[in-house]
Amino acid sequence: MATIGVLGLQGAFREHIQSIEACGHDAVLIKKVEQLEAVNGLVLPGGESTTMRRLIDRYGFFDALVQFGQAGKPIFGTCAGLILLASQIENDDDNHLGLMDMTVARNAFGRQKQSFEAPLEIKGVADDFEAVFIRAPYVLDVHHDTEVLATYGDKIVAAKQGHYLATAFHPELTDDHRLMAYFIDMVEQSKLASV
Amino acid sequence: MSNVGTDRVKRGMAEMQKGGVIMDVVNAEQAKIAEEAGAVAVMALERVPSDIRAAGGVARMADPTVTEEVLNAVSIPVMAKARIGHIVEARVLEAMGADYIDESEVLTPADDIYHIDKNDYTVPFVCGCRNLGEALRRIGEGASMLRTKGEPGTGNIVEAVRHMREVQTQIRYVQNMAKDELMVYAKETGAPYELLLQVQEEGRLPVVNFAAGGIATPSDAALMMELGADGVFVGSGIFKSNNPEKFARSIVEATTHYQDYELIAKLSKDLGTAMPGLETSTLEGNDRMQDRSE
Repeated sequence: MATIGVLGLQGAFREHIQSIEACGHDAVLIKKVEQLEAVNGLVLPGGESTTMRRLIDRYGFFDALVQFGQAGKPIFGTCAGLILLASQIENDDDNHLGLMDMTVARNAFGRQKQSFEAPLEIKGVADDFEAVFIRAPYVLDVHHDTEVLATYGDKIVAAKQGHYLATAFHPELTDDHRLMAYFIDMVEQSKLASV
Repeated sequence: MSNVGTDRVKRGMAEMQKGGVIMDVVNAEQAKIAEEAGAVAVMALERVPSDIRAAGGVARMADPTVTEEVLNAVSIPVMAKARIGHIVEARVLEAMGADYIDESEVLTPADDIYHIDKNDYTVPFVCGCRNLGEALRRIGEGASMLRTKGEPGTGNIVEAVRHMREVQTQIRYVQNMAKDELMVYAKETGAPYELLLQVQEEGRLPVVNFAAGGIATPSDAALMMELGADGVFVGSGIFKSNNPEKFARSIVEATTHYQDYELIAKLSKDLGTAMPGLETSTLEGNDRMQDRSE
């Protein structure tokens, strides 16, 4: 059994917690830095990336999150979480955590009225995943060994690099827990490797 | 094949705002202050509610120049208000690219009987509510997010508290009802029966419910979260205080950590003067914005 944390500063953390529990594992809402020690993997939920970053800085989460990733513990970022993970953000000199080698564009599909849902093929996960995109970013380019897991049209919308997983869409808004199960599997493997 | 404007996409947008603060702004400069402070969205307006109160007369959708200026100033979502029942103001805001429309009693209603059929739009709507019946009627019309009405522009939290408590109490009440009682309750409250059934099964509203209408301090924001709000709207409370940057930041932090009372004490120190308050019992007739629609 793995214990998965969900960063609970802002956004759709409740849905991720339900998804983790639906997969039969323990979920912990992370509001304080110290809580990170108790979890084997972490979800960065969807929400507003600008807001989350402000709160990450204000509560001294920044270094702790980078160290969490560098210690080899898996992190799964959805939407805003994908932006937080990226090493480069289009039209922005700064990045956030910079843990995954990829360049992302924010609000890349347009404003809310362009938000959409569509079926996706996700490599190693599903060939019919109903993906919900909300003011979503996409990945412009992946670098080094970052692997593309899914594309919509010619846009990269899911990627994986080692123990990092990121999607531009919101698996937590559907009852399809296959992507969460895939992440939990990554967490279980990292636990075995660190023993 | 992709689908825009589905319930999941419209309601999901509000899910992403949870735990956050949405701030009223009247220009690009205020929008940037709000974004910098950590707001999850801004509401673009020509005047904040307390100024609408002071000005009197008919309050309408903001001049598109204001909305456009705010849309271009920030990367967080931008909401905008249309008058209740004003189908065209809402279409104009949708066409301009507003991310959410507030069909709002803060503006003078355009229709004193009917609300907009919000199912028909690609852009999502937020609406005000004072009780479960009103909340579920708005969802029935297609609202993707709710907020308590409170009493806007007063800096007085009492009405927001009343409305949040009323909704939460009624949800708990409904959870314990038999199916036959539920139909009578639907008749009494004017709530769609199917939505009442859903509330009974899930024990919560089918959409996100924020608090609004009277939040003036970090403690007010935390109080509303404590009472079950998913997040808060702050209208006049920020830019009518004497230190907007500080008020904005403190209200954001108090909303995130609404049960960390030492932190809220710290946030509340030397904040300066909050917006001037109004005793709601002195308001009569049309000055009670919450009574402008049902």
